Amino acid sequence: MEQTAVKEPPEKAVVTGHRPETIRLKPTRGFSRVLSPKELWRYRDLAFQIAARDVTVRYRQTALGAAWAVLQPVGFMVVFTIFFGNLAGVSSDGQPYALFALTALVPWTFFANAMLLGSESLVSNSALVSKIYFPRIFMPAGAIAAGFVDLSVSLVILTVIVLVWGVVPTLAVLLLPLLIAIMAAAVMGVAAGLSAVNVRYRDVRYVIPFTVQMWLFATPIAYPSSLLDEPWRVISAINPMVGVVEGFRWAFLGSPDAPWALIGVSAASALVFLAAGLAYFDRVERAFADVI
Amino acid sequence: MSDVAIQTEELGKRYNIGVGTRGYDTLRESIVNTAKSLGRRVKRGSSETAEGRTVWALKDVSVTVRTGEVVGLIGHNGAGKSTLLKILSRIVEPSTGWADVTGRAGSLLEVGTGFHPELTGRENIFLNGAILGMRRSEIRARFDEIVEFADMEQFLDTPVKRYSSGMSVRLAFAVAAHLEPEILLVDEVLAVGDAAFQRKSLAKMSEVASEGRTVIFVSHNLAIIQALCQRGILLERGRAVVDGPVGETVDQYLRSLEMGASDDLLDRADRDGRSWRQSQISRLALYDGISGKPDVVVGGRPARIVVELTEILPMTECRLTIVNSLGQPVASLDSELSAPVDTRDSELGPQIQCSIDMISLLPGRYRIDVLLKGRRQIQDGLHAAAFFEVQPGVIGERPMPISGAEGDVVIPHSWRLPVP
Repeated sequence: MEQTAVKEPPEKAVVTGHRPETIRLKPTRGFSRVLSPKELWRYRDLAFQIAARDVTVRYRQTALGAAWAVLQPVGFMVVFTIFFGNLAGVSSDGQPYALFALTALVPWTFFANAMLLGSESLVSNSALVSKIYFPRIFMPAGAIAAGFVDLSVSLVILTVIVLVWGVVPTLAVLLLPLLIAIMAAAVMGVAAGLSAVNVRYRDVRYVIPFTVQMWLFATPIAYPSSLLDEPWRVISAINPMVGVVEGFRWAFLGSPDAPWALIGVSAASALVFLAAGLAYFDRVERAFADVI
Repeated sequence: MSDVAIQTEELGKRYNIGVGTRGYDTLRESIVNTAKSLGRRVKRGSSETAEGRTVWALKDVSVTVRTGEVVGLIGHNGAGKSTLLKILSRIVEPSTGWADVTGRAGSLLEVGTGFHPELTGRENIFLNGAILGMRRSEIRARFDEIVEFADMEQFLDTPVKRYSSGMSVRLAFAVAAHLEPEILLVDEVLAVGDAAFQRKSLAKMSEVASEGRTVIFVSHNLAIIQALCQRGILLERGRAVVDGPVGETVDQYLRSLEMGASDDLLDRADRDGRSWRQSQISRLALYDGISGKPDVVVGGRPARIVVELTEILPMTECRLTIVNSLGQPVASLDSELSAPVDTRDSELGPQIQCSIDMISLLPGRYRIDVLLKGRRQIQDGLHAAAFFEVQPGVIGERPMPISGAEGDVVIPHSWRLPVP
């Protein structure tokens, strides 16, 4: 398994040097692999290849290609604007409702797709998991990483739409990487945990679309978080997407007051999601090939 | 050269086959299974727990393999060969004991598992290489070699889903063969591709072996094992029962096959097919078509093979494979390739009969592998379900060669020879 220990005949030496390392394989308990940076580094090329595969495969033989990255949030925006904005008259904190919804739907689409694809990643690659060793965490991680391509495309489109509408984003857009990191950490934890449960109980497959729907309505996407009174508003940010979505609106639409409290709570909560998901994944990873 | 590459100590792998431990596919199955297990518990009292039924796929295996050794793993289906390879390649964890593996281990447990149908050949080479543990730079350095070995330059940018199955196997093996790990774990990969490609693969394998790399090799083809390996380990019910020069291990395996064959076949655990078989093979025997004696047939005479079943299912089909003493298949008899002479008979009872017009085999010992289908599914399968001896006879009025002949088959024929 040791990458640096390839012993080559001198005339075609590609990788040189170290003595081969001995790996002891024995029953393990507790935490073992996922959190071993050395192991992940060894297989870094595989991580890249899996993410590249997921990106390529997603749009190969699709008629619209990367346009799908944009169609999904825009479609939801239209529906939400008609039903919630116009018919139900839901408040949008003084912003044009369409923009209000779209700025939230762009990060949400990333989150929802990453959750769906990440949770299925181990099961849909079961042939690989049962035949070959590699750090299994690359499967959900690769699916999530592939989602960044879509996110980048839709962020560009979002910026264009916002500018065309005549709204000038605030300097807070510089905080977007932080917001995206919060979102990625949360979805990584969720996808790692659910993909691991999915290996044993395929029920997860049916629970996930439902969960995504519930999560959509539990997040202030169609409505503003200001509908909630304090302290419930801040407490609701335990859902990491609350801080992310309100952060996106603040950055792109320049909402009056910065939602620092929401972002702070969501960041802490995302780290808890991440730690819990990875910890569970790590504990059950060793049995994946036995039960998948 | 005398470094230890692999050392295992009391290595064991336990599988729970009890309720609640196998991972249900759907909620419905889960409910059905829970209900069933409740039913069982009521019937038998509460003694049976989920932990109650465990199977040791591997038990107390302690072996040492030195760097540069080429070791063949031999054994029945379910003897633990694949489990041992899976542990050594880190796919599954052992339940007991330990194994030390020194150096990069590459496994060819099933070639082409990493292929994605939507990706092109080129993209798949990189993906599959990475999956097998190669660095990007290594793959790039060997890319041309791989393409040349697979012999498919013109299809590099075609998605693999448009490849024939032979082509994807060739490409997959080519990637795997250029992996160059220090320890190579191989499971039945040479059984793929056409004859020419098999020869090429075999040559590549012996090249790998002669380069001083450690190889652990699993195959049912004892001739290939004997050609490639110096040392053989025989696994039986998860234990390493023989470990020595490959010739001795193969002899021991053949003896154990024959001993197993004389038993009632229902006792055998090493079966193919689903675990919920609706019909099983209970007995299989070959009779001389003239004398009616079992297990012995004179070459050139007719013979009859009788397969007895536990249950008659709709659309029962049967395939018999005659295998020589080196484990090489000689002939396949398949009822699915039907002919006007075949009959279906409701009076026959739970058995299948196969009549052979003429045993055109050279004298020697052969075994019969059998596969039973019913309701369009594989119901049961057994390797070495029966053994038989072909005695020297006459074929087309010509005596069979008794010794020194090559091959396994006698073909009726005639000559025209010149006279000066």
